[in-house]
Amino acid sequence: MFDLTGKSALVTGASGGIGAEIARALHGAGATVGLSGTRTEPLEALAAELGARTHVLPCNLSIPADVEGLVKRAAEAMGAVDILVNNAGITRDGLVMRMSDEDWQAVIDVNLTATFRLCRAAVRGMMKARWGRIVNISSVVGTTGNPGQVNYAASKAGMVGLSKSLAAEVASRGITVNCVAPGFIETAMTDKLNDQQRAGILTAVPAGRMGTPQEIAAAVLYLAAPEAGYVTGATLHVNGGMAMI
Amino acid sequence: MSDIADRVKKIVVEHLGVEEDKVTESASFIDDLGADSLDTVELVMAFEEEFGIEIPDDAAETIQTFGDAVKFISEAA
Repeated sequence: MFDLTGKSALVTGASGGIGAEIARALHGAGATVGLSGTRTEPLEALAAELGARTHVLPCNLSIPADVEGLVKRAAEAMGAVDILVNNAGITRDGLVMRMSDEDWQAVIDVNLTATFRLCRAAVRGMMKARWGRIVNISSVVGTTGNPGQVNYAASKAGMVGLSKSLAAEVASRGITVNCVAPGFIETAMTDKLNDQQRAGILTAVPAGRMGTPQEIAAAVLYLAAPEAGYVTGATLHVNGGMAMI
Repeated sequence: MSDIADRVKKIVVEHLGVEEDKVTESASFIDDLGADSLDTVELVMAFEEEFGIEIPDDAAETIQTFGDAVKFISEAA
């Protein structure tokens, strides 16, 4: 099950915890993977770990020209982009009254606008191929909201609306567009929490623990696979029961 | 028939999977050749690629028939 042999996948934010695990899962299923991220070193390390069928594609998603060129570079390196995983994301948290325009815009640019640009570029080749998979990594807070994260939550809710609209546009061409919405996952982003914050979060999670990057990667793998061809415009929530939606 | 018309016809036939003799001057992509809105976008993108031209959205909207496409491309290319 879930055989991606012969498919090429571009994963953004592959230098991060969840992105690296997504790349491992897709690669493990036989896909060629394009590893994108801002920091070259962890991308090179991941490529070395995975071995064959990997391409390192550094890209700063806050620079529009870089974003525009990324899908082209990936297609040149891998022959095509059959699977696009928009996983890269940033936070610039702050209460709304103290949030600057810059902090708002930076998060919208990287999380939402770059996702739009990469989808637009990738869909072209997928339409010709009559097959494609786009998986956008949203977040539980896009649905529930979270104090201190108006920018992040707006960007993640925006990804859901984008995905549903795009899904409707391209469904007839064998292309699916879905979201995976992680809850609290053990990553560098949640490592910053102190014990008290951590305990507070866990009281809201019926599973009683944080999720793992592997559990997010498994959801992405499913949505990227041929078996999920009839699933589109969906958001798969992976949050330990924290929000049952 | 001009070279441009031949090339446009080839794209239309391949893309929409229609018989060549159905692609007449006045054949509407949507009404006569069974294209949906996404097909028309794809056709315009294919024309841009084949002829190395830019077809802006407002111009693309005026390209309804095979004849429209040949006329626009002949003027632009």
